Parts: sequence; structure tokens; C-alpha cells
Amino acid sequence: MTEIKTMRDVFIEGVYRRMFGDDRIFFLSADFGSPKLDKLREDFSDRFINVGIAEQNLVNVATGLALEGFTVYAYAIAPFLTMRAYEQIRNNLSLLSQTRQVNVNVIGVGAGLSYDVSGPTHHCLEDIIIMRALPNMHVFSPSDWRLTEKFVDYSVTVKKPKYLRFDAKPLPAIYKETADIDLRKGFCEIAGGEKVCLVSTGFMTHKALNVAQRLKGEGINVGLIDVFLLKPLDEDRFFETVKKYELLISLEEAFVNKGGLDGLVSSIVGNRGSRIRLKRMGLKDEYSFSQGSRDYLHRLNALDEESLIGNIREGLRS
Amino acid sequence: MSENKTDNKSLFFRSLEDKALWVREETLNIHRIAQQTRLASSLSAVEIFVVLYYGGLLKFDPSDVLWEGRDRFIISKGHGSISLYPILADVGYFDRQELSRVCTDESLLGGIPDAIIPGYETMNGSLGHGLGVACGIAIALKRMKSDKKVFVLLGDGELYEGSVWEAAMFAGEHKLDNLIAIVDNNRICMLDYCSKILNMEPLEDKFRVQRWQVDRVDGHNVGMLHSALTRLKDDTGGRPKVLIADTVKGRGVPSLETDSLSHIKSLKPEEIDRIIAGMKS
Repeated sequence: MTEIKTMRDVFIEGVYRRMFGDDRIFFLSADFGSPKLDKLREDFSDRFINVGIAEQNLVNVATGLALEGFTVYAYAIAPFLTMRAYEQIRNNLSLLSQTRQVNVNVIGVGAGLSYDVSGPTHHCLEDIIIMRALPNMHVFSPSDWRLTEKFVDYSVTVKKPKYLRFDAKPLPAIYKETADIDLRKGFCEIAGGEKVCLVSTGFMTHKALNVAQRLKGEGINVGLIDVFLLKPLDEDRFFETVKKYELLISLEEAFVNKGGLDGLVSSIVGNRGSRIRLKRMGLKDEYSFSQGSRDYLHRLNALDEESLIGNIREGLRS
Repeated sequence: MSENKTDNKSLFFRSLEDKALWVREETLNIHRIAQQTRLASSLSAVEIFVVLYYGGLLKFDPSDVLWEGRDRFIISKGHGSISLYPILADVGYFDRQELSRVCTDESLLGGIPDAIIPGYETMNGSLGHGLGVACGIAIALKRMKSDKKVFVLLGDGELYEGSVWEAAMFAGEHKLDNLIAIVDNNRICMLDYCSKILNMEPLEDKFRVQRWQVDRVDGHNVGMLHSALTRLKDDTGGRPKVLIADTVKGRGVPSLETDSLSHIKSLKPEEIDRIIAGMKS
């Protein structure tokens, strides 16, 4: 059984260790915490700032520090950070980084439905779409804590503004080790298949993995690709990997048909004149006030394993 | 000796007034070719720019725009800083020829100045961003043990943006005494007098309550601006500082000075000729 961890704790632990040898790192929070953050803010009180519940100022102060050459982490709850402070991210990170170096790592915790019972204000179903729309931004959507741990180095060395989309729940690892994973490639083919390939990001890769394993028991080989760097993604290598399939099923805890992971896959395949079919699985165009666990919300939205398997079987028949 | 000092000072201020006159004329000339520029907003800030750049208050090096030893100047009300173009050209940030092709194809200078222009530090087209970014720079400079200052120019209408007050609270809490904000208090927004929209007066109190040091002067009096800014720049009393500069929107153009819609008004070339002739007489 692999260890279960939260992405935020693993990432913050990595940043914390890095801060001992790199005094050009600042960690800013909009009054949002984590067990591992307690140690960081105690040991680096001169480089940790709680700006208060003020996401716009979080991004603006982070920008100012980054303009002076600091590596900055701006940490808050995902929907509030990405949507209340969207214009700050657009103007001061995405836009300004085209003329000045701005290494701000915007960390949003609470990807997709991970804050399940907190309701629609806390569900974050738009962030992939709106962050992908911004030039110069890098968009990281890890499926597990090992990828997240590996991203610490990327966050320091790649001097670009980034959005890090972390799940709020503790999750097991998907990858046994990540030494051979090339973050800049943006994806990993976890399993090769025959006709159908699941393309997932974030938490949905866990579901996709379960589904692929269940079907394998029935002698059906389904491919699985985990997309962890939505922007920039090595599109040519992605296409080389998926071109052998007849059907791709995109899988994300986000609205579909609006330019999220499904839009990314669609444009990569479509721009190359491929006839590979794409089935988009995610959230439909409405908010959910339904109360219940993440699994329950998945069942309501046909994102549960049974629905996924049904879609795959249908794909294999057609 | 004392008389000489007074004479030198008045000569110095006279030279700043002459510069301000020249900047107004150049701003009008820019507006002649670039009618999209926000003339009235730019004219209220002329003396502020002149005092900062020619009054020895800002340290800068046009040959090394990101020189570490520079004071940082964030022009948060970017639309109202067309009057900075002639100054930046004059001190050497870019060729003066650029002033005659503002807003034309492939020109360096546009209707709203942004970070692509040497001398501008940040993106300025949307209001309410500058003070927060300046707070981050101020924290960074303190961390680097730099004695350089961060100046920020805000419009009074811009103060309606909530993000300004997030930053104002932050600056007070963190005792950012290397931060000097200047409010170009020209009293008019896009559609009306600020007093008729949301009256912010008494403005001093809004900053004082956030633990800022506040001063207020006539924003067209170069002598008063210079001494207030010098005082604020040198003060290291543990508080951020703001100078409320009371100005007139459209200063120098009588038809704009009394028009609540001056923000969106443009002048015809013949009106510009008449106003410039009047200035010189």
C-alpha cells in the first residue's frame, strides 16, 4: 500500500527544504494553511507573509517580489485565487512576464470537486479552462504527490509564472518513482492499450487507473495517459503517443466543452487532421448544489467507474 | 549667503515651472496626433512628473533601465501619464522622434503606457494594481537592504478599487516606510465629479487609519510638491507615506478644467494651437 499524502504538504515540505539553501524564496499565503506550512512559517518568518484573506493583493505583492528577482509562492484556495484574482494573474503575471522575469508560482488547493461538501463556491471546475487561456502561464495539474514533489525543482528553475492545481484530499501515489519522468513533456503514458485510451488529469487519473485495471481483468486493454502539465504540453509527442488509438476519452473534474483538458486533446488531434474520435467526460454546463461525497457527486455526473466502463464498452462496440 | 540660497531655490523652482510648461505643450502635441490619449488625466499629473524627474527626487539611469540602484516608480494610473512621454524622451529613455508617432503603426508609445516602454516598470492599463505590486517591491528592497524607494502614482478615481485598500492595509501593517504613494487628486472620474459618485473625503483619514503618514499639497505648485516629497522620501518613521496632490483635471486647458466629462474629451488641432499659443504669451 503506498503512502497517502496531500499534494500541498509534500510540495510545501519540498519548498521548505529548498529555502534553507536559497534565500531568494518567499512564501505568501492568503490566510490558508497546511500542517507542513506551520514549520515553514515558524522557521522562515522573515520570508513567509500571510497577506490576509486578500487574493488580489496576494498576487500583486507576489508580483512585486518577483520583479526584484525572488522566487515566489502564492498560496490560497483554488477557486478564490484563480477567479477573484484572475485579472491580477492576467496582467501582472501572464502579461508582464512577456517583458520582465516574473517567477510566481500560484498554488491553488481544492482542484475540481475535492472540496466536495463545501458546495459550488468551493468546487473549482473552471480553473483549467481560464488558466490555459493565458499566454506565458505554465499550468501544472498533478495526479499524485510524487509528481508534485518533483515539481518543486521546476518551480524554482523555470522562471515563468505558473498555476499549480492541487487536490485538497490526501491521495495515494500513482507513480512508484519519478526519476525518469520528464515534466517538460507534460504527460505520461501509464498504460498502453489497443483501441481506447483514457486521457486524464489530476484526481481523475486515480479513477482511470482503477477502470483500466478492472478492464484488464476482463482481457480489455485500455490505454491511460496522465496529463500533468497542461501548458506547455509537448503536443507532437502527445500525438505520436495517441495516434494508434481509435477513441480517446478525456476525463477531468472540470466543465467540458469549454477548453479544458478535452479542448486541449481535441485541438492537438484536430489540428493534425486526425480522425481519432474524442469522448469528453467531465462536468456539464451547470453548477451542483447537491450535497454529498466526491463519489456521490461523481455518480451524479457520470464520472464514477461504472459510467466510465460503460463509455469504454460503448466505444469498443462502435 | 541665505539670500543666495533663496535665490537658487526660486531659480530651481522656476526651472521646474518652465519644464512643466514645456511638458504641457508636448502633451498637447502628442494629443494632436493621438486623439485616443487621455489628455485631461495626463495634464493633472504634469507637475508631479516634473518634480520627480527633474527635481532630483527619483534616482534613475536611462542607459540601464533596470539598474538596481534606481528608485522604482509605479505609474498605477497609466492612462493619465501621457505627459510622462516627453519627460522620458527628454531624459534619454527613448528617441524624441517617438513623440511624433504615438499610437501610429509600429510606434513604441501607445494610448496607455505599459511595461514594454523603457521607464515603465509594470502593466498599468487596468486600475488598482500598482499599489499592491509596489508593496511587494518595497518588501523586496527591504529584504535586500536597499535604501531605494518605491513611488506609486494613483488616481483618486482609482481609489474606488478594493485592491487598493487591500494593499493600503498591507503597507501599514508591514511598516513599509520605503513606499511613497502620490494621489493625483483631480476630483473627476470618467462620468462625473468623484464627490458625486462616492465621496472619499476626508481622504487623509482613510490612509491615516491604515497607519500611513499623510501630507496634502497643491499638486500644481512645484515648490510645495518638491518639499513635501523630499520630506516624505527622507522619512523613515516606520510608516508608508502618501501625498495627496490636489490637482485640476485638464489643467492648462480652460474648457477641460470646468468639464465633468473632461476624461473622455478630445481637442481639435485648432484648439490645441490656440491653447499652446496662449501658454506662450
